[in-house]
Amino acid sequence: MNRIYFDHAATTPVRPEVLTEMLPYFTENFGNPSSIYAWGRENRSAIDRARDSIAAQLGCTAREIIFTGCGSEADNLAIKGFALANQKKGNHIITSAVEHHAVLDTVKYMTKLGFEITILPVDQYGMVSPDELAKAIRPETILVSIMYANNEVGTINPIPELAKVCREAGVCFHTDAVQAAGALDLNVDKLGVDMMSLSAHKFYGPKGVGLLYVRKGVKLDSLIHGGGQERGRRAGTENVAGIVGMAKALELANAERLEMNARLTALRDRLIIGLRDRIPEIRLNGHPTERLPNNVNISIRYIEGESLLLNLDLKGIAASSGSACTSGSLEASHVLLAMGIPHEIAHGSLRLTLGRKTTEAEIDYLLEVLPPIVEKLRAMSPLYSPS
Amino acid sequence: MYSEKVMDHFMNPRNVGEIADADGVGTEGNPVCGDIMRIYIKVDEADRITDVKFKTFGCGAAIATSDMVCEMVIGKTIDEALQITNAAVAEALEGLPPNKMHCSNLAADALHKAIADYKERKAKQA
Repeated sequence: MNRIYFDHAATTPVRPEVLTEMLPYFTENFGNPSSIYAWGRENRSAIDRARDSIAAQLGCTAREIIFTGCGSEADNLAIKGFALANQKKGNHIITSAVEHHAVLDTVKYMTKLGFEITILPVDQYGMVSPDELAKAIRPETILVSIMYANNEVGTINPIPELAKVCREAGVCFHTDAVQAAGALDLNVDKLGVDMMSLSAHKFYGPKGVGLLYVRKGVKLDSLIHGGGQERGRRAGTENVAGIVGMAKALELANAERLEMNARLTALRDRLIIGLRDRIPEIRLNGHPTERLPNNVNISIRYIEGESLLLNLDLKGIAASSGSACTSGSLEASHVLLAMGIPHEIAHGSLRLTLGRKTTEAEIDYLLEVLPPIVEKLRAMSPLYSPS
Repeated sequence: MYSEKVMDHFMNPRNVGEIADADGVGTEGNPVCGDIMRIYIKVDEADRITDVKFKTFGCGAAIATSDMVCEMVIGKTIDEALQITNAAVAEALEGLPPNKMHCSNLAADALHKAIADYKERKAKQA
């Protein structure tokens, strides 16, 4: 059976061009970048080249980039590292209700260290309002962390406006751009962000490497102490192959970004229209237009997400859901609930995220197999009474 | 993550449906958890369950346990049926993943509610 992957928001395959660049750093170029002999120097310059390349992509300087082990570490470093280094200035942190848990749980953890937090609500599309943010800022606010694009529903936040509110109030602004990378403009000056997290495996790079952009002048405590790597802000021998792969993946993604977005948007809309035509009583979750080009998130009323995913899996289709059983907690997706979607409808959500290899034929196959699955599960559901 | 037996009962449930003139109906679960199970029973004069059907909104485990409890209870007296526990249903399915033991393993509770409903109706008639 052919397998079809509709879960590119979870992770993406490493591109062959990326892997080719990485391979030598596992074998012949295995040296420690901190060593002074040739093996070490070659690795140091590989990291320097990667950092320069990424800096050019982000419109920042190389010194403003800290490589991390993943996107979650970048988020943790931004929040804990900044809060600890700046606690004399204030103790209030603001985030939004729909953040990835790497941000949301980290911000909540800060209350244990004496920080106060505000979790901003979102509108029905999952978007944060700059006005709400402005109202939440207090004299003791030091940090705001709001995601660029939502990983579940694909809604894109107005980052330049949100950043402007923070800049005018003299508050540091961090964005988790993990899901936005590859699809959206990452120029840090255009966005106006002070810190930004990225993760390589979301844009066809390897797992195990991320980065935090930190604007010059922003003070940050290190979370990992040890060697002096990353200018003392993140100790640990660098993941050279991963860093090289991340740089290559970002170069390729940005070069193809606009063309890829146009293709994915067309496929996405074909999928959304197809679903609406074939399945009654579904709703699109997230913003109708301000959404990632590869994200489709629908709620299918009267059925539950895990049973849907199991049926799709048996047809060779990989997708995800915001149901309790699949969200790793006992609750349905915190994102969908924050958008005001009732529990039983949140449990019936289906996220389909397309990728650079997704074809029209794959979309059409999904549109063929999904309606009978929905019909079968609805026929079993006590919530459903066919009209 | 599910046993073959769970997947079989999930994909090919034998007892889905409603009983229009059921003698007892029991519903367990709630929308917050994402599991709602409804069991319909038909009971003869000797208090023996002659027919049983279910409708379930929920995950694979919720649907499989609903189907299994129906299979276990058919032909049994209501006293025998009340002996069936959630744990026994899970065991009959050759086990459930640990995280499913509590949230999605409520089918016996739904059955017991259906039996309670039957007893209540019978008491009213008497």
